[in-house]
Amino acid sequence: MAYDKFNILKSSVVPLPIENVDTDQIIPARFLKATERKGFGDNLFRDWRYNADNSPKKDFVLNQDKYSGKILVGGKNFGSGSSREHAAWAVYDYGFRCVVSSFFADIFRNNCLNVGVLPVQVSPEFLEKIFAETEKDADSQVEVNLQEQTITIVNIGDKESFDINAYKKENMLNGFDDIDYLLNMKEEITAFAENTPL
Amino acid sequence: MKTLFDKVWDSHVVKKIENGPDVLFIDRHMVHEVTSPVAFLGLKSRNIGVKHPEKTFATADHNTPTINQHLPVKDPLSANQLKALEENSKAHGISYWGLGHEKNGIVHVVGPEYGITQPGATIVCGDSHTSTHGAFGAIAFGIGTSEVEMVLATQCIMQPKPKSMRINVVGNLNKGVTPKDVALYIISQLTTSGATGYFVEYAGDVFKNMTMEGRMTVCNLSIEMGARGGMIAPDEKTLEYVKGREFTPTGAAWDKAKAYWDTLYTEEDAKFDKELTFKGADIEPMITYGTNPGMGMGIGKDIPTAESLEGGVSTYKKSLQYMAFNEGDSMIGKPIDFVFLGSCTNGRIEDFRAFTEIVKGKQKAPNVTAWLVPGSHKVEAAIKEEGLLDILTAAGFELREPGCSACLAMNDDKVPAGKYAVSTSNRNFEGRQGPGSRTLLASPLVAAAAAVTGKVTDPRELL
Repeated sequence: MAYDKFNILKSSVVPLPIENVDTDQIIPARFLKATERKGFGDNLFRDWRYNADNSPKKDFVLNQDKYSGKILVGGKNFGSGSSREHAAWAVYDYGFRCVVSSFFADIFRNNCLNVGVLPVQVSPEFLEKIFAETEKDADSQVEVNLQEQTITIVNIGDKESFDINAYKKENMLNGFDDIDYLLNMKEEITAFAENTPL
Repeated sequence: MKTLFDKVWDSHVVKKIENGPDVLFIDRHMVHEVTSPVAFLGLKSRNIGVKHPEKTFATADHNTPTINQHLPVKDPLSANQLKALEENSKAHGISYWGLGHEKNGIVHVVGPEYGITQPGATIVCGDSHTSTHGAFGAIAFGIGTSEVEMVLATQCIMQPKPKSMRINVVGNLNKGVTPKDVALYIISQLTTSGATGYFVEYAGDVFKNMTMEGRMTVCNLSIEMGARGGMIAPDEKTLEYVKGREFTPTGAAWDKAKAYWDTLYTEEDAKFDKELTFKGADIEPMITYGTNPGMGMGIGKDIPTAESLEGGVSTYKKSLQYMAFNEGDSMIGKPIDFVFLGSCTNGRIEDFRAFTEIVKGKQKAPNVTAWLVPGSHKVEAAIKEEGLLDILTAAGFELREPGCSACLAMNDDKVPAGKYAVSTSNRNFEGRQGPGSRTLLASPLVAAAAAVTGKVTDPRELL
């Protein structure tokens, strides 16, 4: 699935200072029944976002007018649990292009990279600073520069570097996907398959 | 000096991309109805087919009803997903075990049952509990839908090689302590992110002495400590289990495969990035009290106070608030409403034997709704053949038809808001078993004790 290229993203953030946000919260299982990849953003954080009668929960961050932006900032161990890529689709479909946390679950991180959402892992201290700045000023901006692999809290100028696999970085900068790469290796893979023991 | 993990991984690398992931060849791809439809759409839009349909196996499980499976599926969205899997399998020549098929069941239960799961194989599926198959000494892990499309299209996946961790559990287990307790204990010690970035090898006497089904339960839960997967070196027991199953090689092919399998062990001086050792004797029957699988403890202990934990206090309190439990509460004696025996963690025949051992000659508590869901038709048949069904029926229980069921409540088996379920499944996340439901993860023995007493009970008192 091709997606938009990612280079520099400057945006206000949506803060979610909760640890161990699992993929069942990002998109509950009952919304996984689609056979096409569309409309998942409507159910992003469904049970935290809406009451049982579908009225919005006023205190949840996505329902507060003062917070908006293309960067979601979550607590430690973001995206644990199920392998459902629907969670990353929901994040993307809602309008986020980047998720920041001090720690990501493996499969969620991979899924994000495969669908055009950049996972940025920062130190716990830096994460706290983002939360603090956003609490002071909901319009506080954060700038993510993929080429340089840096994230900056614009108001205070604090900057940190983040890691990303060089190959994945190239893909995100160019909007490429892995399958194109593998399809070009067809002969190599066929030759390998003939010699596998199982 | 190589670890078991190194041996299997390295022998499947088609290409190493400089500063990038490895291109890993996949021997077996398991497919189910929830995470595959968009992947098949992707193939269509690229105008390509499935590269190795003979290495691809489709089964319906997440959405399937557990009663009246012979009737059309009522929920139109579930029916639509099941139909998509059937049509996609047919169109691409993939074997398909849909509803009503004699081999149908949960993807991670039927894989081993029919010999699809083999030592030394690389196995993936769009489901995080694919780690189950590591019990055979396979590298098995869950993937996302883009990766499902990748494997369908190329039979390869692009992954950086994870770091390695060995978890040793030494000595013996106490009475009433099951493989589920061993896994919940390890997760409670490591937390749900403690093994993120690692692939785990389980070693030590406790795993050596464990049955294959017990090993599957432990490997199944590897993902709950954040690990990509877990594995146990194959031994005589593994080969004994694999032998004679439908997809297991025979004759000369068996000899060739066995020669490979015999090389699958961690060499003595091999180094792990991290190594942990626990004592089997320290493990009690476990129960969770919170909203992630790391929030578990010995069933006789009190819920820890926020003060005694490091960091994340507000998240911890939010979690107890959801469960309506207080810091310092005892779990023993807490009234419960539902019991769920089943899932890819504990839906195998040994789990039903354990459950039956406790409920035999007793009666289901009137306040408890019990859903007993076998992991497959094969398990269902064994429950009947071994006479377990008669014991369960006499004790007031009913048996349902196989599927994932109340583990993730994608079908009609939903625990209502505010109700407590003692569940043998793998996740106690908020709303996992139905919106607002409250899950206590435990072993089949603990579930059985709760089912007959109507409250959280130490199963050792009933053994």
